Parts: sequence; C-alpha cells; structure tokens
Amino acid sequence: MVTLSVDASKIEIAAGTNLLAACLQNDIYVPNLCYIEGMDHPPASCRLCFVEIEGKDAPVPACTVEVRHDMAVRTDTPGVRRLQKTALQLLLSVHDVDCKNCPANRNCALQDMAKFLKIALKSKHLDLFLKKSKIDLGHPFLEYYPNRCVLCGRCIYVCRAQQAHTQLTFAKRGFDTVIGFFGNPQSSPPSCDTCRACAEACPVAALLPKP
Amino acid sequence: MNFVLDAQEKSLLEQIKTKLPEIGNDRSKLIPVLQLIQAKLAYLPAEAIHVVAAHLDISPSEVYGVATFYNQFRFHPPGKNAVKVCLGTACHVKGGDIILENFERKLEIKEGETTADREFSVDRVACVGCCALAPVIVVGETVHGHMQPSKVEGLVLRARIEKEKQEREKQQK
Ligand code: SF4
Ligand code: SF4
Ligand code: FES
Ligand code: FES
Repeated sequence: MVTLSVDASKIEIAAGTNLLAACLQNDIYVPNLCYIEGMDHPPASCRLCFVEIEGKDAPVPACTVEVRHDMAVRTDTPGVRRLQKTALQLLLSVHDVDCKNCPANRNCALQDMAKFLKIALKSKHLDLFLKKSKIDLGHPFLEYYPNRCVLCGRCIYVCRAQQAHTQLTFAKRGFDTVIGFFGNPQSSPPSCDTCRACAEACPVAALLPKP
Repeated sequence: MNFVLDAQEKSLLEQIKTKLPEIGNDRSKLIPVLQLIQAKLAYLPAEAIHVVAAHLDISPSEVYGVATFYNQFRFHPPGKNAVKVCLGTACHVKGGDIILENFERKLEIKEGETTADREFSVDRVACVGCCALAPVIVVGETVHGHMQPSKVEGLVLRARIEKEKQEREKQQK
C-alpha cells in the first residue's frame, strides 16, 4: 500500500495502481475518455486526464502514471483546467453536436465533461470541421457514425480483449481517421452478432448495434 | 466497390502466395508484403488483404488499418484512363478542386476510386511541375493544361466514344 495526497484528500491504495484509476476510485473526478481500467499501455490519446504532480514542471496525463508513496497530486489547478478545456473544445470542433437526435443524449461523456469544465458544446471560436460521410453501414451488425466518434480507441481495445484478432481498427489518418471494419466478422468467435462489447464501450453513440 | 479480379490478376496473386513463405510471417513484414502486392497488381484488392491477413495471422481489418494510413497504397485498380488532378498550390488557386469535382460528378466516383468498367480512375496529386498551365491534369502520361469544366466533359465523352467504337469493331470481327 502507498499513501498519496490528491487535492485535499489522503488516499491509501495498492502500489502500482494507475493514478487516474486511483483518483476515480476515490471519487475525485478527473475528465477522461480513452482509459479503461486494466490497460497495460494506456494510449493516452484523448489528453483530457491532465493533473499536476509535485516535482514535475508540466501537467501529465494521469492515466500514464503509477501512484508512488508520498506523491502530491493536484487535479484542479488553472493550468490543468485550461488544458482540459482546450482538449475538449478541439474534440467538439470535429463533432456533430446534435444531442436531440442522438441516442447518447443525457448519457454522454462529452456532455458530462462539458458541464464539469463549464464549456459550451458548440464552440464559438473554433470552426466546425465535419467528415463528409455521416454514417457507415458496412458492418453486418454495427452502424458507425464518424462525426460522433471521438477516436478514443476504446472499441478497438475491448474488441482485442474479446478475441485474438481485433475486428476494428483505426483506418486512414489525420482528420480522415475513422474506425474501420474490414473482412468477415461473422466467421470470428465470438460473433459480432452477439458480442457488442465495442458498442457498450463507446462513450458517445458512435458505434451502435444495427436495429 | 469490390472489383472482381481478372484472370491475369488472379494468377499474379497466386504467384505472390507462393512467395510469401520465404518472406516470413513476422508482423514487421506487413508493409513489405503490401508493397510487393501493389507492385505486381498496381492496387490492393480485397482478396489480397485477406491473403496477407491469413499469412501474418492478423485480422483483415488490421491489415486494412495499416494500409489506409499510407498514401502509397490504393484499393482500386488504376483505370485505363488514369486521371490525376493536380491540387498543388498554383492549381488549387486556379480552381483545381473544381476540376476534381467535375470528374467526380461526371464519372460518379470519388477521388481514389475507379469506375466499375475500369475505364477511369481519379486521383489527386500535388504539383506536377508545370504550374504555368494551371489548372493541370495528367491522364496516363499526357499533361492537359488550362483545364475547364467543358474540357472535362470532352475528355470523358471522347474516351467513351472511343470505347464504344472499339467494341463495335470487335463485334464486327
Ligand atoms: S455524442 Fe453526446 S455531445 Fe455528441 S450529439 Fe450525442 S449526446 Fe450530444
Ligand atoms: S467508435 Fe466510440 S469507442 Fe470507438 S473510437 Fe469512436 S468514440 Fe471511441
Ligand atoms: S484518459 Fe488519459 S489521456 Fe485519455
Ligand atoms: S501546382 Fe499544379 S502543376 Fe504545379
């Protein structure tokens, strides 16, 4: 066990625990999207979970750090919040905010974080940049909405955990990056028809089982 | 769109299959194998993606993910008339994007794609080195400068008439 301080609280937790997980388990909310508990190598791609750690010059993503004894962590400094707001605003600038018509409405990681960080879902100073294709129906059992996807990679991670060969992947690159499926998912155990782990892991409603 | 392999492509793919064992099946061989296939077939057909996936014991979707990251790989066969629309700085300023859009609309395909009859493919390229002629396209090896929507019409029409003529001649023989 190690003891560390996070903001005003003292936390006692098993050595080697992921710092982001440690905060969340102790009801200290740190915005996050791409981390899933138990990950060996968190991708740290969403850049939302920044915290300040005493002795480090710059904020670090909490999901990339293991707790250490006597660590002093701050989750709510102006520097941290500024980074988080920018990261979320950038995500929203490529996101088709249409909550009324979205199945994730009221159960949405983006809405929750925007509220927490006190920013608007529709940015005033960033141009909206959407992909041309609104929906991809190429998969036999899933529908994919590129303009909702935040490219967190959770779906790929859980798919790989279900089966040796992930059926999902990042395809293309840059602003064109999407989640791609390719091949013949029916033939792979367990069948995508009954699995649905990816859709459940999606923090927005970008991957949905076909009705 | 999925293109059916023609007889020649099929035999090339079979040839490639026999070469795979000597290349080895380490994951690091993924890009060299894709390059080999593209060099032989000029594109990566779906069948080839499956062959590579089986050889390296990864999912087709992983092969696809890596392949789509790189500009050097294409997923549609080059058309008989391979149109490259220049979108370098000069051509862009002179409306190259309008020319590209013209082709896309006329041929009912998107850039990077090929018409079902494999007559036309459309790609975008960066500066081809004759900016004074902007907007420029290259069809096969031939450069066409000062492009205009009407010239796009003309080009496509001429190729289609040419094709019909050839087919008629074939039938008469
Ligand atoms: S994913 Fe969330 S923020 Fe985006 S449209 Fe749906 S509910 Fe709104
Ligand atoms: S589909 Fe959902 S889970 Fe997958 S990368 Fe996009 S937002 Fe994340
Ligand atoms: S949760 Fe840490 S960077 Fe995404
Ligand atoms: S920019 Fe098109 S030829 Fe130079």
